[in-house]
Order: sequence, then C-alpha cells, then structure tokens
Amino acid sequence: MSITELAAGFADPVLASQSVFRTIMDAMARPGSIQRIAAASGTPSPLMRGSAALALALFDHDTPIWLDKTMAEAGEVARWLKFHTGAPLTSDPSAASFALIGAADALPSLDSFALGTAEYPDRSTTLIIQVAGLGAGEAFRLQGPGIKGETQFQASLQTADLFDRLAVNATLFPRGIDVVLVDDDRIVAIPRTTRLVEGD
Amino acid sequence: MYVAVKGGERAIDNAHRLLADTRRGDRAVPELTLDQISEQLALGVDRVMSEGSLYDRELAALAIKQARGDLIEAIFLVRAFRATLPRFGASEPVDTGAMAIQRRISSTFKDIPGGQILGPTFDYTHRLLDPQLAGSCDPAEPASAEASDAPTPRVTDILRQDGLIEDSPVAADDAPVGDLTREPLNFPADRDLRLQNLARADEGFLLALGYSTQRGYGRNHPFAGEIRFGEVDVYFEAEDAGFAVPLGSIALTECQMVNQFKGSATEAPRFTRGYGLAFGQSERKAMSMALVDRALRASELGEDVKAPAQDEEFVMSHSDNVQATGFVEHLKLPHYVDFQSELGLLRKLRADFEQAAPQMQEAAE
Amino acid sequence: MIEASYNFAYLDEQTKRMIRRAILKAIAIPGYQVPFASREMPMPYGWGTGGVQVTASILGPDDTLKVIDQGSDDTTNAISIRKFFAKTAGVATTTSTPAASVIQTRHRIPETTLHEGQVLVYQVPIPEPLRFLEPRETETRRMHALAEYGLMHVKLYEDIAKFGHIATSYAYPVKVAGRYVMDPSPTPKFDNPKMNDCAALQLFGAGREKRIYAIPPYTQVVSLDFEDHPFTRYRQNAPCALCGAEDSYLDEIVTDDRGGRMFVCSDTDYCEGRRAQGHTGTESAPMEAADA
Repeated sequence: MSITELAAGFADPVLASQSVFRTIMDAMARPGSIQRIAAASGTPSPLMRGSAALALALFDHDTPIWLDKTMAEAGEVARWLKFHTGAPLTSDPSAASFALIGAADALPSLDSFALGTAEYPDRSTTLIIQVAGLGAGEAFRLQGPGIKGETQFQASLQTADLFDRLAVNATLFPRGIDVVLVDDDRIVAIPRTTRLVEGD
Repeated sequence: MYVAVKGGERAIDNAHRLLADTRRGDRAVPELTLDQISEQLALGVDRVMSEGSLYDRELAALAIKQARGDLIEAIFLVRAFRATLPRFGASEPVDTGAMAIQRRISSTFKDIPGGQILGPTFDYTHRLLDPQLAGSCDPAEPASAEASDAPTPRVTDILRQDGLIEDSPVAADDAPVGDLTREPLNFPADRDLRLQNLARADEGFLLALGYSTQRGYGRNHPFAGEIRFGEVDVYFEAEDAGFAVPLGSIALTECQMVNQFKGSATEAPRFTRGYGLAFGQSERKAMSMALVDRALRASELGEDVKAPAQDEEFVMSHSDNVQATGFVEHLKLPHYVDFQSELGLLRKLRADFEQAAPQMQEAAE
Repeated sequence: MIEASYNFAYLDEQTKRMIRRAILKAIAIPGYQVPFASREMPMPYGWGTGGVQVTASILGPDDTLKVIDQGSDDTTNAISIRKFFAKTAGVATTTSTPAASVIQTRHRIPETTLHEGQVLVYQVPIPEPLRFLEPRETETRRMHALAEYGLMHVKLYEDIAKFGHIATSYAYPVKVAGRYVMDPSPTPKFDNPKMNDCAALQLFGAGREKRIYAIPPYTQVVSLDFEDHPFTRYRQNAPCALCGAEDSYLDEIVTDDRGGRMFVCSDTDYCEGRRAQGHTGTESAPMEAADA
C-alpha cells in the first residue's frame, strides 16, 4: 500500500488538534458527559472517528501505543498511526501511554497496563475503548471530581464488568487508569477519580 | 475624587520606544555592526552561544547588540529563539581528539605528544590597561608556522593506556540522548543530563562552585590534565543517506580534569575524571564545569555528599541564569494583593500584641 | 537571516501535545503536580511562562481571553500577556469576567462567580506547597506519595504557638479532593473558598519549576486548618471607595505621606461593573467625568 492510499489525517492539523483537545479536556473535566468530536479525518478500519481524532491530536514520538488484537490485526491502523503521528507501537501494554481497544469484550486485565507509581501516578496508560453505544443502553450513576453531585450516563458496553474492574482505581488512587469511551464521534471520559454510585 | 490608574498599554509602548532609543545611544557615534561584535567581542559571543545552547555567531552577536551588552539578557534572547527551532536529530559525538588545535596545555606533564601550544591567551599578559587600544590600532601580524600533522592524543587517553585513570563511560549506540530541554528533569539525574545542565549553566555560578571545591567544600584534588581549544568537525547521520554527513566545524574548548584517585579491595587505585566542554574559547567555563562535574559524581564514587557543589538538586536547580534572573527579577512585578494580605495579618498581630501588652505589664508587676 | 514566523499561539505542535497530555493527567489526578518539559518562552521565568504555556496549549480561535494580574486587566504584565496572545493567536480579548472563556490570572480569582465551560489558568511561581518546609524535590515527592502532610500541620501549628494565628496570608495551602495538598499560587487566602466546588476548570502552570496541576469543576477544595483555629478569610474592614462593595478584596492606596489611605476593589472588572450599575463609594467620580 502506498501513502496515497492511506486514510487522511486532519486537513488543518493545528486547529483540528486544538479543537479535539478541548473536547477531550471537557470530557475529562466532566466525567460521564457525552462530548462530540468536531474535527474530521480519515478513519482506517476499525478505528472510529473519535479514536482517530484523539490519536491525531495526542499521539507522537513520545507516546508508545498498544493496540489490542482487533486493532493490530487490521494492519492499516498501525501504518496510519506511524505515518500521521510517528508514535511507536509497543507489544507491552505496561509500557504504553495510550492503548487503543477495538474489542471491548476482550479488554485485557487492567493491571497489565501502566498504573503509574506512587511518586509519579501520571505515568499510566490511558485506555481508549471503542464501545457499541453511548447515550443509550444501560444506565450508570457516577460521582467524583468534575461531577456536580452525581450524574447519570447511558452506554452499551461490551465490557459488562467495566465499572467493577475500574473499582481498582479507588483502591490504588492516586495510581490508576483513565478511560475514554468512544462511539463514532462521541466520547465519554472516566478518569480514575470517578466512582459508580452504589444502590438506589 | 479618585480615578484609578490607567494607560498601562501606552506606558509599555513608550517604554519600548525609549529603550530602543537608549540602546542606540548618541546618533553621532557610529552604530555597531554584528561583524564588529563577533570579531572584537568574540569571547562574549562565545559565552552567549555556550549558555544560549545555540552555535550561531551571528545570532549571538545580534543578541548582544539588542541586549545592550547584557550577556544574560542576550543568552535569554538566544534561548527563546532556539526553543522555536525544529529538530532533525542529534549529531554524531564530536571527536575532540581530532581537533584542529589552536591552543592546548597540560599541567600534568612537561611535554606531551603534539606538544604544548600556548595559543591566544590572556594568561601571561600583564593586566595593564593599554592606552593604545583607546584609539584604533593595527597589531603586528601574528607569528605563524606550518600546521602540524602530528597526532595530539588527549592526556587522559595516555593515562588510560597505563590504567592510571578510570575509563570514560561509553554510551550504548542505541541509548537515547538525554535532553533536559525536552524532558522534565527528575532526580537523581544521569551524568548526561548533569553535563547538559552544566554546559548551559551560568559561568559565574560554576566558577564560584568550582572555587568552593578548591577551598575544601567538597575537595577533589584536581589537576588540569588538559585544556584544548580549536575546531572540530560535526557529522550527522541522516536516515536516508545511510552514512554520516559532515555539517561543518565548530570551535570548542574542552577541559579534562584528573582528580582524586579511587580504589578498593578488588580494584587497584586509579585517578578519576571531571569533564568540561564549551562552545568557542571559554576556558574559565570549561574548567569550572569540569570541577563541578567531578564534584557531582560524589555519590557514584562513594564519597559523602556534604558540600554545595556535590549536591545535584542544589546545583542543577540553581545553575541556569535565565531561570534565576527571571525569578529574582519577577519581584519587580506587582505583588499588591499578597502584600495586602500580609499587611492585614501583621496589623492584626500587632493589635493583638498591643492589647495583650498592658496585661503582660500587670502580670510582671 | 532570521525569519520570524511562529505557529498559532506561539508554541510548536509537539510542545502543545506534550502540555495537553500533561493537562489531561492533571485533571485526572486533582492537585497532583504533573512534571512537564517547560519550554523557554520569549518572556522571563517568573513572569507567567507556565500560565502562558497552558493558555497557549488550550486556546483556540473561538476563545475569548481575559488576562488579569493582581485582579486588574490594566496592570503592565497582564497587558503584555494579553497582547502576546492577541498577536500570536489572533483571539478576541475582553476585560469582562463573564464574557471570557479562558481567564489567565496572577494572584487573584475574580470576584464574579465563574460559570461552567470557563477555564481559569493560574500563573504559579513555586508549585510545591511543601517547598519551604523541605527544599528537596526528592523528599517532597515522597511525602506526596505517602500523603505524609504532618510537616505542614506542624508548621501551621508553630505559627499559632508563636503568633496566636496561622501566619500564612497568601498561597494558603489547600487539600484537593481529600488527597493532595496543593499550593493555590500566591492568591490572598480571601480567594481560597472560591476554589471549592467551582463550576469552572482550574489549571495551574509553573514554567520555571516545570509543573502543571489542576482542579476539575465541582471538586472539594479545603483550606488546611485546625478545629480550634479554623480557616478564616481576611478582608480589609472598609467598603470600596469607588463602588462601595463590601464583599470584594481591596487594594490599599496610599494617598499622602500623613497616613492617608483609601481602599478600592482589586478586581477592576467587578468594580467597573458595579459602578455601571450605579453603585457609588466615597471617592467615586461621576462616570462621564472619569471618561473625560
């Protein structure tokens, strides 16, 4: 495959990256809220628009990327990432700055990723997980920094026990895993401070 | 009636105009050219290149002119410009052993292969002001000789052949080159980052620290194994070319200190090293750097860290004159609101004191 | 020989990406200082290079920027930074607190309550709240890792023993979301309560010290204190001489050399807004006279 056949990046990288960053910043600052990515780029299958935009805005030489089996098997994703972001791919999830998860039902154990250290909790992997639907499906009640009182959001998560698994964030804090859920151009961030509200 | 102070914007514009006018000075005096600065204030240019971390004589000369001769301000200008430059990669390590030498001295051996070369130095000038320089002067042509092909091995390499000095550490080919301008610095820092910090460090700060080690604050028994100044070639391995391409040559001053020996039950004693390198002819800087580099190796060499020059957090956090001058000078900025808060607290504490004072008096009586 | 052409908002894209990633981590770990490779900026360290780098990394063409220093839009450094962004990013600027989407500040939090969607960017000189108790980064990092903040309480308690009060009046330490002790930058402690449960996102940039930290919206921020010596705000006991405000933080103006003093709002936008609504103080000029 030649470069001309490769899916495109951003038409205007400077302004598109800024716009995508503000969207993910808002998402991270307001966990559980659905934000829409406005900037458009090519999307090598099976990368969704939201994941592609996040990659173009945040990945570079300094951020090793881990691809799950679904992402890795589609060789186009790796080539597209290398060409547009220059980010190195790693087969070791604990060395990754970001992980791209195409098959949420086969999400590896969270402790296989970098969780940061007590001194440097920021040295952790951010998971970008593509899901079946955001804004519809099972309802989750969330609380934590960024949320006024509590908030409810709906999602169809193939990782049925995602929030059970993320409970590890409460135990490990300030170490932990930050998650961005992606459905087409919609994203929702679940930083490590967000907790599921138990009971009714 | 009170009208709040306004017009800051016009004040700034006017201050800049006045500064430009003051910088130029008396228009009857011819304006300095960059060539004049580069040629006749060459050591100032060298310092600005070294501490500005950018090898460009013309830009350094421009910075000196714009900064009205304030070298720290000039270094700041060069640094801010450098930060915007795109990066293509790191050059191959320069080979100072192959330097086209203009000056080379060793204080450890009377004669060495390639000889001692005094070169252009203030060392043996009598520091008498020269009235002739007040006017224009035309010095005599320098004495010259054929350039010698004789190899000039580094004194430390000669010592190493006999095992008398520790080996220089060799980095693995694929080891990334540390860069504290691109990565946040964490402690403890490796020697590559320490040397980068020292190379950018303020000459005066390093001079004082180096001096302090000589006076016993972390003494490490230095001998100036060798100081050399001259031109070296720079090569860059371009990915597509497949071989190292010459980019040109730069002038460097290198100082290799031979320091306090070290040995153990399992290892025969050997001298240790301190290393200094600076752009251009910057001997004071290179020597001070070598003294401080050696002092900062204290923990690595199993010595107690007791003196300021041995304390890497202290040295590396305070060596940068652009950082230091910014933070010292920021005290010029308004601090009205925090001062007001402090004033309020002080007034309250004083009122409490006044109130308590008569009772204290009674209690005492 | 030198072609000066700079990127949108001055910083190159790689630098912005690095800072943006740090900001995301900072939001995810409220109050934790994320190390970042601060760049050399064309303004001095200590004059807002951290705040400027954060602002440059978040700013877009649709933003409206407000810059204040000591609460005022018209102080020289605020003007200088505002001009920098007007020039390098071409963004709209404002002095109105509610109209701004991004507010960069030095030493104050605006009096007007911030709303959702706004970002407040603080310029920070020394981000480490423990620095004056322990100068070593290696030590303070360990103390944060273990949430070992006893030293800070000892310091505050020593104040009480010596002066009868906690003798910290600005840069008053806070605990964020129940975990990290954080330096709010040298704002007067009067402003501390505004950080708690704030609707806006608060970002902190320390350029020389190479740290970025954050408080997400609606996050608990508690000023450190003791049960028998609770945190108190301090405000000069006077109304603003221009707008009569009794709830704003005040600048003290020395009017003569015989002890003459007057007090006016430090937040100039707040003060002007009140005067426009017809509020007056003892020294206020009629609006048209002031304009003349």
